[in-house]
Amino acid sequence: MSADRPGLTLALHLGLLAVLGGLQLVLPAFHLAMLARIMVLASYAVGYNLLLGYAGLMSLGHAMFFAAGMYGTGLTIQHLGLGVAASLLAGLVSALMVAAVVGAITLRTAGPAFLIVTMMLAQAFYLATLYFNDVTGGDQGFILSGLGLELGGRRWALADPGVKYNAALIVFGASLLLSLWLARSPVGRVLVAMRENEERTRLLGYNTLRLKLFAVVVSGLLAGLAGSAYTLLFSYVGSTFAGVLYSIYPLLWTLLGGAGTTLGPLVGTLVMTYVVDVASGITTGYLIVVGAALVVMTLWAPAGIVGGIRARWARWLP
Amino acid sequence: MTRLLETRAVSKRFGGLEAVSAVDFRVDRGEVRALIGPNGAGKTTLVGLISGRLDPTAGQVFFRERDVTRLRAWDRVGLGIVYTFQVTSIYRRLSVRDNVALAVQRRRLRRLLDWIALDRDGLARDVEAALARVGLGDLGGQPAGALAYGHQRVLEVAMALALEPELLILDEPTQGLAAGEIDALCRLVRDVAGTATVLLIEHNLGVVLELASRVTVMDQGRIIAEGTPREIEAHPEVQRVYLGR
Repeated sequence: MSADRPGLTLALHLGLLAVLGGLQLVLPAFHLAMLARIMVLASYAVGYNLLLGYAGLMSLGHAMFFAAGMYGTGLTIQHLGLGVAASLLAGLVSALMVAAVVGAITLRTAGPAFLIVTMMLAQAFYLATLYFNDVTGGDQGFILSGLGLELGGRRWALADPGVKYNAALIVFGASLLLSLWLARSPVGRVLVAMRENEERTRLLGYNTLRLKLFAVVVSGLLAGLAGSAYTLLFSYVGSTFAGVLYSIYPLLWTLLGGAGTTLGPLVGTLVMTYVVDVASGITTGYLIVVGAALVVMTLWAPAGIVGGIRARWARWLP
Repeated sequence: MTRLLETRAVSKRFGGLEAVSAVDFRVDRGEVRALIGPNGAGKTTLVGLISGRLDPTAGQVFFRERDVTRLRAWDRVGLGIVYTFQVTSIYRRLSVRDNVALAVQRRRLRRLLDWIALDRDGLARDVEAALARVGLGDLGGQPAGALAYGHQRVLEVAMALALEPELLILDEPTQGLAAGEIDALCRLVRDVAGTATVLLIEHNLGVVLELASRVTVMDQGRIIAEGTPREIEAHPEVQRVYLGR
């Protein structure tokens, strides 16, 4: 918030998106596929970061928003035969509804209570996906095939690597720019204020209940967008994505990259995914490497990678 | 004079302790009212009920003849009731300028659209004006937590002023300040009193006598006396309870 440099900030974000777009001209297929997946998961982390990094609420239940988007899209394709655009919308609407209900329930909690209530609700959601396995496919899940989008007089098959990469880029770009805009808007300012000192914020005349609900809903909606995009681009729906691990991942990605920074979620997701990839090539106990990386980070870069860069060299980073 | 604020038999109980007992309290528009009394008399609790920080156990609060008892603190701020904390409550990690901007912004957010697109230049102008008014103009870029204690108190007041209060509640604003800082704060309060009604909790009797047009004395959750500063000074009950004579 201090040392504002709006022009430079916008240039940096657009430049980053341009670099991501340009990479498809040089990177080999394996890395492109990996990067497409990273960009979709990074959008998930962007949504998570809005809640943790700006509003200061730590959730352990975001998988239910991701999965709400995933099932909203996957089930409407599988059972109702909806097209790509309509099913994407269905995914967003279901994430929105789940987020609104969860927001309304968790409104009066903060800190550890918020964490526990979101985790509990997400577990209930996860178990429901298993219980109704004749509809959801349970932990086996189901595979979608032949997804494509009719646009501009031609059909874009989402299984095509180039289409997949650019679709992921569009989803990530939209999430990133939305979060940048929110972080710099009046409402973003107040979310930070609420994180820093909630009572002072109430006594400055801000309705903190409504602000929390807003933060949960926007964060859940972005998580749902990522879940829906994941379904469409990787053609798979399964309850693994509703499990607690997928609630912990965005937390780790966000902390590693830097909570409360707009670029942290991408950096965190990128680094963690590649560390896991390299480590799992060396040992089956690759989670030890992840753990070691987290210990190193906690000791030397508690603000995360981008957070550390901001503190040392670039105060203007949003 | 017209009545601005009124409490009717307002009470607040914390477990077994009745911190405020059936208090009828009235403040007229335009006055500077001091609220004094020994520690634990219920002063901060009473203004907490007025600002909406606390919900009363019984009784009602009226502001501009409207019953605001059920209104939340943020809605009362919207009506013009502004509270400054006894224990300095600022955003320590944000800059001084951002602290004031949060207050200025609250006043400028009138329509839903303002929440996403606000006139940045107008905001910045108001923030600089608010800082200049209290003499913090040179310190805008500093983190608020790095300010000297006296400056933090002044920042707290600056944030309240930026909300353009109709009723400004100052909870022991001079506590812990040096003599020169107290003089500056008194000048500021006199300046504010031109546009707002001020309710001042204060232990420093010199400040009370200098600023207040009327004084209310509380003890053990009740109002025991009310009058001009001169009358209060001479009141035997006040001398017994408050001055220990």
